[in-house]
Amino acid sequence: MYATNYHRASSVEDAVKLASSNDEAKYLSGGQTLLPTMKQRLAAPSDLVDLRHVSDMKGISVSGGSIRIGAATTHAEVAKSSEIASACPGLAHLAAHIGDPHVRHMGTIGGSIANNDPAADYPAGLVALNATIVTNKRSIGADDFFTGMFDTALEDGELIVAVEIKAPSKSGYAKFPNPASRYAMTGVFVAKHGDGSVRVAVTGAGSDGVFRQADMEQALASDFSAGAIDGVTVDDSELMSDIHASSAYRANLVKVMAKRAVAAAG
Amino acid sequence: MGMEGIGARVARKEDKRFITGKGRYTDDMVVPGMKHAHFIRSPHAHAKIKSIDTSAAEKMPGVIGILNGAQLAEDAIGNIICGWMIHSKDGTPMNMGAWRPLAQDTVRYVGDAVAIVVADSKTQARDAAEAVVVDYETLPVVTSAIEALKDGAPQLHPEAKNNLIFDWEIGDSAATDAAIASAAHVTEMKVINNRLVPNPMEPRAALGVYDEGEDHYTLWTTSQNPHVARLVLSAFYNVAPENKLRVIAPDVGGGFGSKIYIYPEEIVCLWASKRTGVPVKWNSDRTEAFLTDAHGRDHVSTVKMAFDADNRITGFKVDTIANLGAYMSLFSSSVPTYLYATLLSGQYNIPNIHANVRTVYTNTVPVDAYRGAGRPEATYLVERTMETAARELGVSPAELRKTNFVREFPHQTPVIMCYDAGDFEASLNAAMDASDYAGFAARKEEAKSRGKLRGIGMSCYIEACGIAPSAAVGSLGAGVGLWESAEVRVNAVGTVEVLTGSHSHGQGHETTFAQLVADRFGVGIDTVSIVHGDTDKVQMGMGTYGSRSGAVGMSAVVKALDKVEIKAKKLAAHLLEADESDIVIENGELKVAGTDKSVPWFQMALAAYTAHNMPEGMEPGLKEGAFYDPSNFTFPAGCYICEVEVDPETGKTEIIQFVAADDFGKIINPMIVEGQVHGGVAQGIGQALLEGTHYDAETGQLLTASYMDYTMPRADDLPSFQISTTETACPSNPLGIKGCGEAGAIGSPPALINAITDAIGNNDLTMPATPQRVWAALGSAK
Ligand SMILES: Cc1cc2nc3c(=O)[nH]c(=O)nc-3n(C[C@H](O)[C@H](O)[C@H](O)COP(=O)(O)OP(=O)(O)OC[C@H]3O[C@@H](n4cnc5c(N)ncnc54)[C@H](O)[C@@H]3O)c2cc1C
Repeated sequence: MYATNYHRASSVEDAVKLASSNDEAKYLSGGQTLLPTMKQRLAAPSDLVDLRHVSDMKGISVSGGSIRIGAATTHAEVAKSSEIASACPGLAHLAAHIGDPHVRHMGTIGGSIANNDPAADYPAGLVALNATIVTNKRSIGADDFFTGMFDTALEDGELIVAVEIKAPSKSGYAKFPNPASRYAMTGVFVAKHGDGSVRVAVTGAGSDGVFRQADMEQALASDFSAGAIDGVTVDDSELMSDIHASSAYRANLVKVMAKRAVAAAG
Repeated sequence: MGMEGIGARVARKEDKRFITGKGRYTDDMVVPGMKHAHFIRSPHAHAKIKSIDTSAAEKMPGVIGILNGAQLAEDAIGNIICGWMIHSKDGTPMNMGAWRPLAQDTVRYVGDAVAIVVADSKTQARDAAEAVVVDYETLPVVTSAIEALKDGAPQLHPEAKNNLIFDWEIGDSAATDAAIASAAHVTEMKVINNRLVPNPMEPRAALGVYDEGEDHYTLWTTSQNPHVARLVLSAFYNVAPENKLRVIAPDVGGGFGSKIYIYPEEIVCLWASKRTGVPVKWNSDRTEAFLTDAHGRDHVSTVKMAFDADNRITGFKVDTIANLGAYMSLFSSSVPTYLYATLLSGQYNIPNIHANVRTVYTNTVPVDAYRGAGRPEATYLVERTMETAARELGVSPAELRKTNFVREFPHQTPVIMCYDAGDFEASLNAAMDASDYAGFAARKEEAKSRGKLRGIGMSCYIEACGIAPSAAVGSLGAGVGLWESAEVRVNAVGTVEVLTGSHSHGQGHETTFAQLVADRFGVGIDTVSIVHGDTDKVQMGMGTYGSRSGAVGMSAVVKALDKVEIKAKKLAAHLLEADESDIVIENGELKVAGTDKSVPWFQMALAAYTAHNMPEGMEPGLKEGAFYDPSNFTFPAGCYICEVEVDPETGKTEIIQFVAADDFGKIINPMIVEGQVHGGVAQGIGQALLEGTHYDAETGQLLTASYMDYTMPRADDLPSFQISTTETACPSNPLGIKGCGEAGAIGSPPALINAITDAIGNNDLTMPATPQRVWAALGSAK
């Protein structure tokens, strides 16, 4: 790791100010992605602005079907939240299956989505749930937020403050972990919304990050059952292929995991 | 046996310090004036070094010295050797290319060491390393052994045309061909044994200290055999003569073979300490471990097994291509030859065997012994072929094996080994009972109702441990003898120190070696200390690998104990005014049998050191040494049965049950033996199910160079093992021990793959059986 300066931000404004006063500054949340990269000298921020003590960015609140998760909330907090478990069980299940206990107690939702790893779990959840990403400047819909592999709509220095979700009527997530990293080799989140629409979002499989599976969404909108997906063919031309899984195998997993997610959603 | 003697389930003495973080490893060592090293490594798999510019780096803060291959050559530091000469079948010696500890002119794999930077801190060394400019001209790359043998492939070493190191054979080719030609049935397979990265928990480390006043060197290092390290550092690498060199291997956190060898970094740190005038410490990070620790396995084989009309094996023909990586590591030549092809008879009576082995250079990490070393490769061929043959012949896998088991001992195989003892059917029956093999069909039906494919597979392995006798291995090309030494010192207060040439890096010697003393003299194991891992303390020894510490190392201890016992009894007889032959040792006392006359053990010891009242002509003191050279290999054997369920939708395998029935001969501590089996089986399951090593064929980059891509087995990948032992004593050593350190890793992969192939109905499946591979194999089975 190269030498770096550490700052502890006390508020959203403070964090933005600390970050903007230096070109090479980076926000530090759980550090589960950023610190390993720095240790390998693949990232060299001059300054780190620690977000974990900003009270506005921490914690979970649920009222009247509206869920708000602070950006610096850890995966473990989401996983064990009884409010999330009842308002959106699929999301609690998702958070409980990220990494290992160490990672879940350090890593945060804000860090995960800002990073937008194509194999991360949260992007599938937030797209399927049609979440809103609240930053220090604006609100961004999940469909617009995730713009490609490791790429988001965030501008330089823009800070994610919270994620807002309207509780769906049904939600389920099924993940097939990469045997080595245990990130998603394919993860599918299925959500049935209050207006009857269904969203199916896939992570780990797309060659450009998280994507929605329109054919499945249509099939499930008229019949929310695992069997409804049977007839859908998954096109593998846009899917990732690597040493762990070919695109054909991932196409198979997209369908199998989608069916399991629907079954889990009940 | 007593509470702490042979056979007692004694808790490990060493665990307290390990589990409380009080172990002392090489990287824990601190000496005055110590500085830190960083190695500059080739980012290319094959390139010419055109120039190395260190001028900017030398001016960086904290930098003490930057050294490369040119300076190493100035000091006449030798090439890294391969210690086992193999001749090709045409009689020519193996074609060994030069391996410089710091590459000169050419680099041949990603990670090849090019220069060392020594600086005040690790960070400064690394910063300066980034400022060193190495100008490379890249060369074409080859990573697959099969490709490397083809005409026109990139050439690694001028000595090895077509990258062929040797083309070796064993057995009778014509007789085996004839057996195949006249067979009632021939089973043919192509079998790949996947390359593995060893991954001991503690990465390698070295601390080299040169003392100018004494002109003396000390090397602390992560070694399984510090004396062998000293020998080669002295005799071949020309660092210092043995009397001027001390090698210490303190607590070592796992080796699995990868810490047998003396690597470039150890040599260079020691040499650099003299060159720079400061003690030099290096500690590998995990990425370096992936890139530079000797890998294991990497064979591609074709086999033909011939059967007569009664399903008796009449011939076995094997052709193997073994990838040895970019350079020949210390024992690399022996692994795919004498440690491998000599086990191709398995547990079976096979009249004709022939194996041809070609070893090949490629632009990959050097390959050498890894837990099992050659025997897992042999077992995998034999046991996959047997199970497949049973399926083809329509007989049960157990029946086919029983038809062919060796039942009379000694049994001379056609491939050197002479099996001395065993009861293969006893292990098979024990494993079949424990696994309820008979009830499998019903379990398969039940699984089907849940949409799962259930399969069962077995593996009847035999392996050879101890790796001896010295004269025999010498005649086969080994550069060293494979005996072991021990010294037993009884102190004046009766406590005992055992100095052993074996080295413990996870095996529990501090407990089991002490149990031998407890058993013999009736003293508590807490009064017995085991001293190992330091060439200044311990007489010459050969170290620990090949499951040899029990069979060979303990045998040396037993010989020394015999001598101590004789002297102690003589002295006691003198003190008790009795006849020497009437003295018995019991519960810490030397007694005159049948009387109430006795002298406590400690009092006898004290008498040996006060020497006030010794028998006529007896020297004072009580300390005896012994060297033990075994008369044969030992042959652990057993049967493993694995039951799996495959999810046909995803190809994911779940191991439902894993049963091991091993014959390790005499067991000193059943708990430690169980631990060895657990660890070995976990590694075997890792190989069979999880651990795939991938190189990019174009660039030679190791794609699986971290845990993000290399799948180490984790607790939740493994079932709860059901293990048991049967026992036939080994006739060739005094304790009847066979060895247990590698069996789990040797026997388990074929059991698992046989189970999965049974579940999916397709014999064509390559390790590791990842979900994707199993899914694909299911698709092509339909
Ligand atoms: C062993 C291991 C296993 C893992 N397994 C999984 C897995 O199975 N599934 C999975 O999804 N993930 C997994 N992860 C990643 C983990 O979920 C991380 O927590 C996550 O990717 C990053 O979150 P973080 O809080 O640690 O962010 P950090 O590492 O602190 O930051 C990541 C990036 O986001 C930026 N950032 C952080 N917070 C904000 C913010 N509020 N606004 C703007 N930018 C911000 C940082 O500047 C940095 O660039 C794993 C990680 C490890 C180490």
